[in-house]
Amino acid sequence: MLATKKTEAKTRGETTRASAARKKFKLRLYVAGATPRSIRAIEDAQKLCSKHLGDRFTLEVIDIYQRPALARDEQIVAVPTLVRRLPEPLRKLVGDLSDSERVLIGLDLLLRDGRKP
Amino acid sequence: MSKARRDLRVLAGALPKAPTGIEGLDNITQGGLPQGRPTLICGCAGSGKTLFAVEFLVRGALQCNEPGVYIAFEETSQELAQNMASLGFELEELIARKQLLIDYVEIQRSQIRETGEYDLEALFVRLGYAIDSIGAKRVVLDSLETLFTGLTNTAILRAELSRLFHWLKAKGVTAIITAERGDGKLTRHGLEEYVSDCVILLDNRVNNQFSTRRVRVVKYRGSSHGSDEYPFLIGERGISVLPITSVGLTHSASTERIGSGIGRLDTMLGGDGYYRGSSILVSGTAGTGKTSISSHLVDATCRSGERCLVFLFEESPSQLIRNMRSIGIDLEPWIKQGLLKLHAARPTLYGLEAHLVMMHRLTDEFKPSVVVMDPVTNLASGGTATEAKSLLTRLIDYFKTSQITTFFTSLTAGDQSPESTDVGISSLMDTWLLVRDVESNGERNRMLYVLKSRGMAHSNQVREFKLTGHGIELVDVYLGPGGVLTGTARTAQEARERAEGVLRAGDMGRRKRLLDRNRQALQAQLNALCFELETAEEELQRLDSQEETRSEVEGEDRAAMARARHADFLKELRIQGSKAQEGSLAHACHQEN
Repeated sequence: MLATKKTEAKTRGETTRASAARKKFKLRLYVAGATPRSIRAIEDAQKLCSKHLGDRFTLEVIDIYQRPALARDEQIVAVPTLVRRLPEPLRKLVGDLSDSERVLIGLDLLLRDGRKP
Repeated sequence: MSKARRDLRVLAGALPKAPTGIEGLDNITQGGLPQGRPTLICGCAGSGKTLFAVEFLVRGALQCNEPGVYIAFEETSQELAQNMASLGFELEELIARKQLLIDYVEIQRSQIRETGEYDLEALFVRLGYAIDSIGAKRVVLDSLETLFTGLTNTAILRAELSRLFHWLKAKGVTAIITAERGDGKLTRHGLEEYVSDCVILLDNRVNNQFSTRRVRVVKYRGSSHGSDEYPFLIGERGISVLPITSVGLTHSASTERIGSGIGRLDTMLGGDGYYRGSSILVSGTAGTGKTSISSHLVDATCRSGERCLVFLFEESPSQLIRNMRSIGIDLEPWIKQGLLKLHAARPTLYGLEAHLVMMHRLTDEFKPSVVVMDPVTNLASGGTATEAKSLLTRLIDYFKTSQITTFFTSLTAGDQSPESTDVGISSLMDTWLLVRDVESNGERNRMLYVLKSRGMAHSNQVREFKLTGHGIELVDVYLGPGGVLTGTARTAQEARERAEGVLRAGDMGRRKRLLDRNRQALQAQLNALCFELETAEEELQRLDSQEETRSEVEGEDRAAMARARHADFLKELRIQGSKAQEGSLAHACHQEN
């Protein structure tokens, strides 16, 4: 009973991920000032997205010092945070994006077992 | 000792404090929370942390004109406003006036993936943005621990929290951080390690089916504070911490007196009645007239135009009014004139703290000069005896500080020593009247005496007191060779004495009359004797003059005879004769010659 549920969930998850991989990505990266960590995060994000999404993405970099109200509206607590606004559901990747595998899993560009969707 | 205390005061003065405006809390913290520093409020779920924090902001905005920022991690702004509206806090109005800003920080575990190193700079930025946008002086973070549920890297979180507290201090805002109580620790995630200035613990315990909220200042760096657990209540006006009175014993004592309403009792108390602002206890067994004594005071107070507040724990107001009419005291006009307020409540209706708060509130609103509690012993049924005593200590303290005269009645159980009270409050009392029943000759009589009365020369005499149609009357008890007599025994004894008196008076009259008669008889005798004496004297005088005349005549006769006989014994006769006779003899001789 439990096992069937699990497989169902898995298949459904795979289909969304598979469709997500083909959709256009709308990303926002929140950083705090031009710190080395911020710059590294921006570079990592661009590199990863170019590699895995080609031109199917937009990346908007926001400095929370410049636009604090935006951080409030989008419920940002930590920086750097990469927000996947599209495709749904909303996802927040908290961290400096140095662990590219986790970033790809978080963006649903990589399955947990290492296969591409 | 005194030096240490002075140093402490200097220190306390040096530490600026932000008043919370929460009733009573500023007393135990001696001024409020440390200004410009974070304070940790910890407690279990439902212990009132959020309310505490919100009240801190609302009162700060309204009373100190210090705008506040509320960072909510658990409730949205709307939810919070709705919840607080039920306690009388209009958050939306404050928000509109830019006195308050609520920022809801939502951390959804399901949305978040961690992908490496991060910091909480975004939270800092949001906080800074919120503070700057309204110029906030006060900040609440409720509750920071939500971060631990959304983010898993505790090493980062701890480092960032430590940075946050430093940042708050540098920002100069007075902050409250709430945290959930942990097992064996003050907080679940050990936040107390970072907040070192002030930690306040809230607690909600159930004891004998009564739930009591308590607050304790665990630590307050650089300031003295009350260290006990103080009960507090969440009422219609937010949090009230008890005691509302100061921790010290500094109330001033008045020398003004107020009448007890019973003339003889005033006399027993040195002539003028009780001291204003003192505490008076009347104790006695059931039916000894305690309520009647208190009603006399109520009546006298209202008569002098002062207000009086009566807490009834046994009778309903109408019952008291009816009962007191039977002894000639009509309380109803005073109620109509707004001078008297009767508040009846079963002690078991709610916990002791709630009673205390209710009494405080009514006293604050009504501003009476006399408060009566009848009977105070019943309060103990709302909690333990220790709690009742601590409650009464606080109450008495509060009333004394406000110069309110308090009158307690205490019911002594039949098997108890009359000189003991259930709640052990007698030592707190300034004046203690004791009423007791004395049973003899098949009747019970009431006696009253002043057991103690601080600071006045009071009578040591036992008085019998009678409940009459026109109030209480104090009567001297009969003290005589037969012992102390009261009631009909006293009346009988008095009658007996009166009869004896009449009898004695009659007897005396008779004896007096007898003696008078004797005296009169003697006087008569005396008179008769005097008369006899006079007669005798007259007789004697008469005899004397007769004798004289006779001897004179005899001499003359003899001289005449001698002359006639030419006797030669004239010389001899002259020698023998008296001086008086000599003249006449000489005269006779001369005549003879």
